[in-house]
Amino acid sequence: MRQHLLTLVAGALFGGGLAISGMMDPARVRGFLDLFGNWDPTLAFVMGGALAVMAIAWFLQKGMTHPFADAHWHLPGTRTLDRKLLGGSALFGIGWGLGGLCPGPAIASLGVNFGQVASFVLAMLVGMVGHRLLLERR
Amino acid sequence: MTIPGFEHAQPLEGLVGGLMIGLAAAIMLLGIGRIAGVSGLTARATGIADSGPPRSLAVTFVIALVAGAVLVELVTGTIEARFPPELWMLVAAGLCVGFGTRMGSGCTSGHGVCGMSRLSQRSISATLTFMGAGIATVAVMNALGKGW
Repeated sequence: MRQHLLTLVAGALFGGGLAISGMMDPARVRGFLDLFGNWDPTLAFVMGGALAVMAIAWFLQKGMTHPFADAHWHLPGTRTLDRKLLGGSALFGIGWGLGGLCPGPAIASLGVNFGQVASFVLAMLVGMVGHRLLLERR
Repeated sequence: MTIPGFEHAQPLEGLVGGLMIGLAAAIMLLGIGRIAGVSGLTARATGIADSGPPRSLAVTFVIALVAGAVLVELVTGTIEARFPPELWMLVAAGLCVGFGTRMGSGCTSGHGVCGMSRLSQRSISATLTFMGAGIATVAVMNALGKGW
């Protein structure tokens, strides 16, 4: 229950942050990627603010034996740089540049711009299922 | 507040929103010991991924994410949003983003915000790669006359 409450607060803050920052405007996000054109640096400020808070959080995390509402950490431990990581990220970047949307703002837009974002979200889910069918072995 | 030369930028709104996003990720990390990665949580919430957090937590996060944006819209009146002009762009973009974030184990939130601040080499490499690919894609689209 405590975990759900914390997740609820975090999710709402995340969605609110995306909305306030302008990151739910695909043209603005695309503008950040338009480095050689009409560049819009807004995303750098969003990233800077988020990274500053999270750097403190990781510092605090080092001094804690377990999270507040759980007995264990559930953090990724993979260290290897492989083709999957870089190939997947490159493909994601192509989609990001094409549509000006990444998963966070796309999902957050479902409540306020459903008609415009629905086709993207549906295609994104199809892409995720496609990855599972093609590349995830059970 | 504006930046000379970049009058269309919103540095203050960006910074405030970014601090909120960082706080959200910090609550996930220090509260429940997990990464606030939207692609992974979405895959888990929809049942596309079998591993990860308990499904009810992922569903809670996704619903709250939508609710948070709706709340801001209710308070401020409107959220500016200019979408791609052609449907094929949205569909092709969605397919690439869905497949790519699963294959690369994360997106702007998981790798960009959570992983980079942890100084994870994997996340820094992933972020540089998707930003580079995004910049190249926009440049190519502009050159093809498909900019928007």
